[in-house]
Parts: sequence; C-alpha cells; structure tokens
Amino acid sequence: MEYEAVIGLETHVQLKTRSKMWCGCPNQFGAPPNTNVCPVCLGLPGVLPVANEEALRLTALTGMLLNCTIAPRAKFDRKNYFYPDMPKNYQVTQYDLPSTSGGYVDFEFQGRIARVRLTRAHLEEDVGKSFHFERSSGVDFNRAGVPLLEIVSEPDITSADMAYEYLNALKDILVYGGVSDCDMEKGMVRCDVNVSVRPKGSSQLGAKIEIKNMNSFSGVRRALEYEIPRQIEVLRAGGRLHQSTRRWDDLAGVTEEMRSKEHAHDYRYFPEPDLMPFEPSQAWLAEVASRVVELPLARKQRFMRDYQLPPADAQTFVWDVPLGNYFESVARHARNPKAVANWVINNLRAKLAETQTGLPDLKFPPTAILELIELVDSGKISTKIAQEVFAEMFASGDSPAAIVDRKGLAQVSDTAAIEAFCDQAIAANPGPVADYKAGKAAALNFLKGQVMKLSKGKANPALAGQILERKLKP
Amino acid sequence: MRMLNRLTISELVTRLASREVSSRAATQACLDQIERLDGRLHAFISLDADHALAQADAADRALALGATHARQPLLGVPIGIKDVIAVKGQPLNCASKILGRYVSPYNATVINKLQAAGAVVFGRLNMDEFAMGSSTENSAFGVTRNPWDLSRIPGGSSGGSGAAVVADECIAALGSDTGGSIRQPAALCGCVGLKPSYGRVSRYGLVAYASSLDQIGCFSKDVRDAAILLEILSGVDPADSTSVPQPVPHYAASLTGDVKGLRLGLAKEYMVGGLDAEIKAAIDAAVAQFEKLGARVTEVSLPHTDYAIATYYIIATAEASANLARFDGIRYGLRVEGADPIELYSKTRGAGFGPEVKRRIILGTYVLSSGYYDAYYLRAQKVRTLIRRDFLKAFEQVDAILTPTTPTAAFKIGEKADDPLQMYLSDIFTISANLAGICGISVPCGFTREPKLPLGLQLLGKPFGEETILRLAHAYEQSTPWHKEKPPLAALAG
Ligand SMILES: [Zn+2]
Repeated sequence: MEYEAVIGLETHVQLKTRSKMWCGCPNQFGAPPNTNVCPVCLGLPGVLPVANEEALRLTALTGMLLNCTIAPRAKFDRKNYFYPDMPKNYQVTQYDLPSTSGGYVDFEFQGRIARVRLTRAHLEEDVGKSFHFERSSGVDFNRAGVPLLEIVSEPDITSADMAYEYLNALKDILVYGGVSDCDMEKGMVRCDVNVSVRPKGSSQLGAKIEIKNMNSFSGVRRALEYEIPRQIEVLRAGGRLHQSTRRWDDLAGVTEEMRSKEHAHDYRYFPEPDLMPFEPSQAWLAEVASRVVELPLARKQRFMRDYQLPPADAQTFVWDVPLGNYFESVARHARNPKAVANWVINNLRAKLAETQTGLPDLKFPPTAILELIELVDSGKISTKIAQEVFAEMFASGDSPAAIVDRKGLAQVSDTAAIEAFCDQAIAANPGPVADYKAGKAAALNFLKGQVMKLSKGKANPALAGQILERKLKP
Repeated sequence: MRMLNRLTISELVTRLASREVSSRAATQACLDQIERLDGRLHAFISLDADHALAQADAADRALALGATHARQPLLGVPIGIKDVIAVKGQPLNCASKILGRYVSPYNATVINKLQAAGAVVFGRLNMDEFAMGSSTENSAFGVTRNPWDLSRIPGGSSGGSGAAVVADECIAALGSDTGGSIRQPAALCGCVGLKPSYGRVSRYGLVAYASSLDQIGCFSKDVRDAAILLEILSGVDPADSTSVPQPVPHYAASLTGDVKGLRLGLAKEYMVGGLDAEIKAAIDAAVAQFEKLGARVTEVSLPHTDYAIATYYIIATAEASANLARFDGIRYGLRVEGADPIELYSKTRGAGFGPEVKRRIILGTYVLSSGYYDAYYLRAQKVRTLIRRDFLKAFEQVDAILTPTTPTAAFKIGEKADDPLQMYLSDIFTISANLAGICGISVPCGFTREPKLPLGLQLLGKPFGEETILRLAHAYEQSTPWHKEKPPLAALAG
C-alpha cells in the first residue's frame, strides 16, 4: 500500500519591536543573562502587563501579508503550565479570539505555485531560556516577554521538502514585511511539526504526532525525512500509531517519544483578566494597512509579467528591493525593459559594490540609463563604448551624450572614413584576406576587428562588415 | 490634647499645617500605640520604625520649607499598608510563608501616590494569606484579634488594617477587597471601609488574588478621611490596563450633609430570614435615620443574589490558581529543594501555602480543567453578567443600595475555622459588589448589646458612583454617634 504524509506546522516568530510585549525592557538578543529584565517580565508579585501596541500592529500587518482575516475583537488568555523558564507559570496567549485567522501562503514548489492555508496567526509572549550546567541549572529571562507570533498552518503540507519551502517562503514574507528579522541563529524562528501518515487517497487522518525541538528549517526537513518513513514502517508492519509528542534529536538524527496523549497537558485556558479585549478601529487598521508591502512571490511574478524579465532577473529584484525599485523607476519609461535590467544588474550593481556606495549616492539621474540605451540602439555608440560611457557617467554624473561628445566616442558611420580603415586593414593583412577569399568566412571577423582597432572602437561594426564584404568580393 | 494617633486625617492635617504638632510626634504616637497594644492585637506582621520616622522627618522638613497640604494632602500622615501591596525596600509576604524573606524592589502605584501626597507609608498589616479568608485566621503569621474583644476575629481578609485603624495604631490604612475584604473587617472592627469601583484605583503592585475582582481601598476613622484618601488613590494608571480613564472628582466636596431626595434601595433578597436580630434592628434604625435625613427608601430586587457566592468561588479561585502559580521557589521566596523541578515545585508549594490557599488553588484548577470549563467557569461568567445587570437595573430606580455589611457581628476565633462553607457565607452581602464591579462602603451603624461588638451598614453605588455613597455615608455618620465610640483599649494596654 502507498502512504502519504499530512503535515501541519506551528511556527513561532519573534516580532521586531523595540520593547517587550508587556513591559519597557529592550527586545534585544545577546545581552548578558538577566539584564533585560524588570519586575513585569520576571513575574514578580503584584505586576501587571500592558500590551505593546507595536506588537499588535505587527500582528495585524502579518495578518494582512498572509491574507488572513483581522479579528474585530481579539483577546488574550492564560495558558497554564509549570516550567522553570516561565516567570508566571502561565503564558499569556490568544486562545479562542486570536488577532488573525484564515489566510494562506503561496510559494514556488517543484515548478508550480503551491498554497498552504493558515489556521491563524496569534500573538503571545516568549518564555525564558534554560541552561544546564554540571551541577545546577539557570534561566535567562532576557527573552521572557518578547512578543511572539504563532503561525499555525492547516495540514496542507505533504512532504519534508514542501515543509522546508513553505518555511522559507514564510520567512521571506515576514522579513520582507518588516515583521521579524527571522534570524534562526538568534532563535527568532522556532517550529513545531504535526505529522501523520495515511493510505494514499484516504480522507481520514492518522494519529497526529507532534515533533518538537528543531532549531533550523533544515532540521524540520530532516526530522520529517526521518519521521514519515518511520510511521509508514510501523503501519506496514501491522503496528498502530498513537497520538503523542516526540522530540527531535538533531545529533542522532532521530525522533524519540516525550509523552503520549494520556500525559498531554491540560492548559486550562481562561481569559486574561489583566488585559482588556482589543478592538482595532478602522483608522488603526488603515494605518497598519499602509505598511503592507508587496510579497516576494507577487513581486517576482509581476516583474516577469510587466517587464518580460527572465525568472533570474526578477528574483534578483526580489532579493534586492531597492535595486528592484530603481529598476522599475527606469524601466517604466523604457521600450526595452530587459536592456534596463541588464544595465542595472550587470553594470550598476557591480559598480555600487566596487565603490561601496548605494543607490542614494548615484550622481546621474535614472533617465541617463535610458539615454545610454538609446545611444546604443540608434547606433551612435557601440555596446563596448557604452561600457566606457557608463563608467564615466557613474563617476562624474555627466549625461551620456555629453560624455560621448567630449570624448569623441561617437561611432563612425561615415562611409568614406570607414572605407579608409578597411583599405588599411586589407593592405596590412594579406593572409586573412586570402583566407577569406578562399572561403573562410571567419576571417572577415578578424578583419572587422582590425578595422575597429584602427578606428579606436568607434567604427560602426555593421557598416565596417558591409564595406569589407563589398571590397573583398571577387 | 487627644493623643495624636487617635486623630483622623483631617484633624491631624490641621494640626500639622499649623505646625502645632510634628509628623514625627504623630508617627511616634502610632509606634508607641503599636508597642503598647500590638503584642496582643497582632495587627502588624512587621514594622520598619526607622523607615517610618525617616519619612516623618522628611515631611517635617518639607513643612518647615513651606510645603502645604493643599498640594500634598497627606503630608506627614502615617498610613498603614496591608501586606499585599508592594512597597519598595519593604517585605512583601501576603501573610504567607511562601514568599520567605522577599523584599519588593518596586512600589505599587498607590504607594507612589501616597508618597507623592506626603504620607508616611509604614508597616505590613496582617491579613488572611493571599487575601483568602474572612477572619485573618488564615495568616501564616498568626491571627489578628478584634480590638473590641480579643477572643474574636477582626474580619478579613484585611483584618490587620481594620484592627490597626480602630486601635489607633495608625491614622488610616490601605486594604484590598476581592469579596468584602475591606468592608467586612471595617464593619466587624467598627470603622469606615471603602471599596472603590473596579478600575477606579490602580492594581499595579497589589499581589493578585482574583484579578477581575480585586480592588485597593481604604480604612479610616470617618467618611471624610475615606473621601480624602480615595481622591489620592484614584485615577487611570498606564501600568494597569484595567484602570479606567474616568475623571477623579474632589470627593470631599460631595460631603454636603444633604441627602434630601436621594433614593435608597433595600434589596428584598438581602432581607432574608436568618439575619441576626440585632443587625436587623440596627439596619431598620439606619433606614429610619436616612428617611429622617430626607432620603427616600424603596425596595429593589437583585434576583440573582442566590448565585453570587457560588459564582464568586468559581471565578475567584480560577483566577487565583493562575495568579499564585508564580510562587514556585525558582526565582524568589521560599524554596524547598527537589530532585527535579516538579518535586521542587510540589515541596515548595506544599510547605509554603496554607490550607485555605491550597483549597482555593485546587478548586480553581478543577473548575478550569478540560471538560469542566463550560459547566463551571463559563457558566459563572454568564451568571456574573446577570448579577451586574441586576445592579445596573436597580440603579435605574435608586441612587444607592443599603444592606447590612455582614450577617453577624465578629465571631469567635476558631468558631468557623473548620467550616469553610460557613466562613464563605459571611461575605454574602459584600461579594456581589465585586462581581458587579460597583463601589461600596461600610460605616458603623451600632453595636450588639452583650458583648458590645460593632456592626456595619453597607451602601452600594453605581460604577464610579463613589460621590453618592460617600455623601450618604457621611450624612448618616454625622447624624449618629457610632463612629465616635472607641474600644476599651485602656484595658488592653495594661
Ligand atoms: Zn521587563
């Protein structure tokens, strides 16, 4: 029997706010242990939380970026469980009225666009971090109370690779939207996996098994690459799977059971009485909506469609947003946007890198690139000379026409002048001339090169070719 | 001149402002009274006399430099603090063993407000552990005794606050009220106890028992002092999301003595059989007195009254089960080591919490458990809404509701200790106000004959209707002798 996997992901993402979720402590990675703490995030007796509005805004923004419904009324709840890294031994989260619900992520997967639907994205607080020493343990509460977004997917993922691509796409969107830096090494993204297997084509779900403790996207992929065949093997051997939680051991590359359903936590959720329900106004939502940016995939598709760019060029402008925006400001007025892309990607980007400068430092106006392309297209200068003009234009900010004039770089299309160069080239190279006459067509290119050399690159190469051909005709 | 510790806030302020007396002398008078009485009364868990006197000296210096009570209404006035409100640099125990030698590193908002007003903030007043109880018998530091009869309880949970004010160990005191914890001990000790509307006073720095019910309030020797304190304590606090941005009136201005035409409601559900005959007589007399003052008394109905206690014990314990989870021995307070975190938790909490606290945590954990949530917690929230509606509807007909504060006078220590249900019933008249979020005040309304024990009447007002109940309470107080009576402390002092 063939089996298929059904996978859902719960992705935790730290929001990019200046301060923590309930207090004014900095939301900052890397400070010495227990220095970014105060009575509130340490859960000292008597403290109360005050919701960080920027975290609420970033949550709504994420909802908008992920096509979710933004709740007209959201509230916070307490999730009760004891753990040494939990200052209050309850986590403030959103249970039945999350800030956002529904939505989806579209991404490129195996040559097509795949869609993973989302259940919800809700806001909660991060917990501290436990450390275990030889004889004792410690907890660093710097992370406690950092705003955390939990993005829960529907079980739409069918393979380890698809889970991996989904996570990367999600990360790109969140980084792109300015919601999170998603720095895995700093623990800004963490992921739990729910996976079950079932006979292919079956509509019933198998026993749901949760896997925890992956600390990278590739860890998620590896855990699934281990777990899916494991589950199939159990079923093939006639065994049964039961609902449980397993722990991924990254070193050993295996999952191990942590607890079965009978030992599942009863989190005893109830509404957080210290916080009022949140009901965003239209004006508030409009302000958040003004921060919505175009998503990576949409941008790529638009660049390919509107400017007829190949996928690689479009992808370049997705990765480098300012460069893409610059490209658009030029290409919008161009007859041949691909030529603009070539100049921006091959020349401009290289020059910027070489001179360690940025787009705001450019000395020439965006229209100069159009002028340059026009000079080439009209035959006024050769592509090769254009490189030189661009370099000069980049350095001085002068217009391409002015540079061509000043340096006398205009292409020579004067037939008489080119004829003279051709005569010189024919006279100086009897060998190749003989070769050409004997039928070696390639020899003409050599002679054309000699004409260009004699003209210091300014001869119109097409014209030179025509004249040489005419002169060498038997 | 009367002993300074016996003065009210307004009396002491007059003398301080005229530089007739010093804050140091007033504070020392309180400390002396504590020295004389508290060994037997046990209203205070601990006391930092040096800290109190240093604040008094600072107040005296400020007065010498021209500071005025117009700008700092409590300048130099010693105010006692219930051991559930955080004061920077002072112990915070909530009358529990579990906090060990914990010292608060920050001030509650009300403490900042009192200190900004110039008060001498001092002492850790005894209470039922984590404010859970009605008798102060649940304190891990020993029971507080009623100043009128040392064999009786002072009420609770703010029993220390009530006893200290009545015994003149401080000029006034702060307490907290989750189901009657200010009004009930005020009634049983014989002073004024005010529970403000939910959201009126910031809860930041009040160790939470039941967050949606808790409210900080005050104990005072008369209604005017309650008005003065409320004005200082009130106001929206950016650190408490549940505090309400409602303007703070000049409460003392509402004490006009004129209650003509004000409508007073008697809840028919509260006038049930089983009410102590002496209390009934006292309430009847009070009603007659209000009528004499020109108030109109009518009957109102609060049909869901019967469900209040059950509703309260579901919501309060559910919230408490989470609020008290932080006391785990990991970061602060008592720690009993264990082989792993779970063992450490259970040993620490097993040793640190008293039986009533454990009972409520277990009850709260149960009502929130999977499979029971809908039947208990969710239903209780619905009933709570109905109870609030009862009051809002009644307040369409009347300006305030008059009830006894307690069903009986102070009972004997140990009398109800083994019967938690009987104990819970002693809050029957006070508990609904917390569920409804409304305000309430208890004022002395007489005494039982033998033994002579104080009785209190309660006035309940609309949300943010403190002006009305203060006005009524003040007019009644000023037309009756009860608030002037003092317990026979001389006998205690020997
Ligand atoms: Zn903090």
